[in-house]
Amino acid sequence: MNYETVIGLEIHAQVLTISKIFCNCSTGFGAVPNSQTCPVCLGYPGVLPVLNRKVVEFAVKAALVINCRINKECRFARKNYFYPDLPKAYQISQYEAPLAEHGFIEIFTNEHEKRIGITRLHMEEDAGKLVHAEGYVSSNKSYVDFNRTGVPLIEIVSEPDLGSPQEARDYLQKLRNILQYLEVCDGNMEEGSLRCDANVSIRPAGSQNLGTKTELKNLNSFRFIQKALEYEVQRQSALIEAGGEVVQETRLWDPEQNKTVSMRSKEEAHDYRYFPDPDLVPLAIDPEWVETIRSTLPELPEAKITRFVQQYQIPRYDAEVLSVTRSLADYYEECAALFPKPKIVSNWMMGEILRELKNRNIDITECPLNPKALAGLLKMMDQGIISSKIAKCVFDEMFTTGKSAEQIVQQKGLTQISNEEELEEIIDRVLAENPVVIEEVKKGKNKALGFLVGQVMKLTSGKANPALVNKILKKKL
Amino acid sequence: MKITTKEVEYVAKLARLKLTEQEKELFTQQLDSILDYMGKLSELDTEKVPPTFHVLPLKNVMREDEVKDSHLQKEMMSNAPERDDNFFSVPKIID
Repeated sequence: MNYETVIGLEIHAQVLTISKIFCNCSTGFGAVPNSQTCPVCLGYPGVLPVLNRKVVEFAVKAALVINCRINKECRFARKNYFYPDLPKAYQISQYEAPLAEHGFIEIFTNEHEKRIGITRLHMEEDAGKLVHAEGYVSSNKSYVDFNRTGVPLIEIVSEPDLGSPQEARDYLQKLRNILQYLEVCDGNMEEGSLRCDANVSIRPAGSQNLGTKTELKNLNSFRFIQKALEYEVQRQSALIEAGGEVVQETRLWDPEQNKTVSMRSKEEAHDYRYFPDPDLVPLAIDPEWVETIRSTLPELPEAKITRFVQQYQIPRYDAEVLSVTRSLADYYEECAALFPKPKIVSNWMMGEILRELKNRNIDITECPLNPKALAGLLKMMDQGIISSKIAKCVFDEMFTTGKSAEQIVQQKGLTQISNEEELEEIIDRVLAENPVVIEEVKKGKNKALGFLVGQVMKLTSGKANPALVNKILKKKL
Repeated sequence: MKITTKEVEYVAKLARLKLTEQEKELFTQQLDSILDYMGKLSELDTEKVPPTFHVLPLKNVMREDEVKDSHLQKEMMSNAPERDDNFFSVPKIID
């Protein structure tokens, strides 16, 4: 039978505040364990949580961009469960009245645009971190670090509109991109500032009823998400084909075995007994505040891509690559302003710059070449001072030493030889040494001509102006 | 009866309470009479009454995003039944 896949994603994003959601403890990553804790986040009796205004601002920002309706009034609720990473034995979250609902974003998969519905966006606090690394913790113990407890999160829940693992991946990528552009979340999946759970089920193609779903956890990279979903779709259809049934359960992705495994310890049905948190008063977001926040929204990836295509006359593909992050797009625009041949800038950024950044595993903000330096190099090439081949060598040198193109070209004497007399002298030498080749050229063998050009280049260490060499050679033959 | 022993067992399990058979029976009766008493409220027509989510007539209580170091780590951890170095220590958790 033919099956179709139904996927919904729940995304948790840490918003970039400096203090926790309900107390003044720092949210800094990597501090001494439990050094960023206080009676509020540890849930001592009698304490009162107070909401961080910035968290609401970030949440509204994100909600606006994913086209959600901001609820007139929202509330915080307690989600009750016991786990050692949860000191209060409840998590403060939002349940019945979340901050925002009914949104959507558009994704592109295989060149097709598709609208993915967003059920809701709400605010909540993160739990602590459990450490059970072998050799570090004695065998019958786990350690708890509560520094992360109370760090603000927004949870974004999608509708079950994603029809394939690829779409799920594209959706997550798009959402991450948006949150990074907004500077609401750094999007770092390794450090856990962006986390993703997936609900996945299959059903006979064309059916309107949803099949039994499983929830996948531990999907902390784009690759894992796609692989885990692909595996799970396979597993479920094989199960049904063999006459079995899918069991509703939570499964973990095991990257070593490349499969999902049942999380038995959490199998018992969860009953969170949500109720409004009496310590936190309701939030009625002022529409004027929403408008103020709306006015601060930056240009988003989609709008930037459209503008780049129009303004710089570059292909959509180029615009997409250059708009992946705000800093990369800014770099491009700065460089294109100094060297107004946008397609050349784009080629160099997509080729040389991105390649070198990837090789060194660094970000554009850490690039040793600033936009001005790159523009300087491109100008020298454009003016014929250096050949494009030499330019690539100069680029590599600039990347390692941080020197300017002018400095390197001058120091190493790499200036292109465009002096006809000088070139003629070299060419005569090459011709004198290669009488056989000359005969072949005269018989019309283009390859032979190429060989002669190569010889000239070799003698000049690549500095000869190739166009000029060709011209002189043709004249002489 | 508004509540069964089974429900009492379920609630006790969620609250991590271990009850004896006698306690189960006692609490079933007690909870039943409480629910019975509260049931009086159902006699009122609350169709048009908004639910009371909060007893205070307050909204939008917020603070600025500022870090104030509590420097309370020692104090915070002094109440832990078990700790090791900078960590709280708990029985091994296996997922």
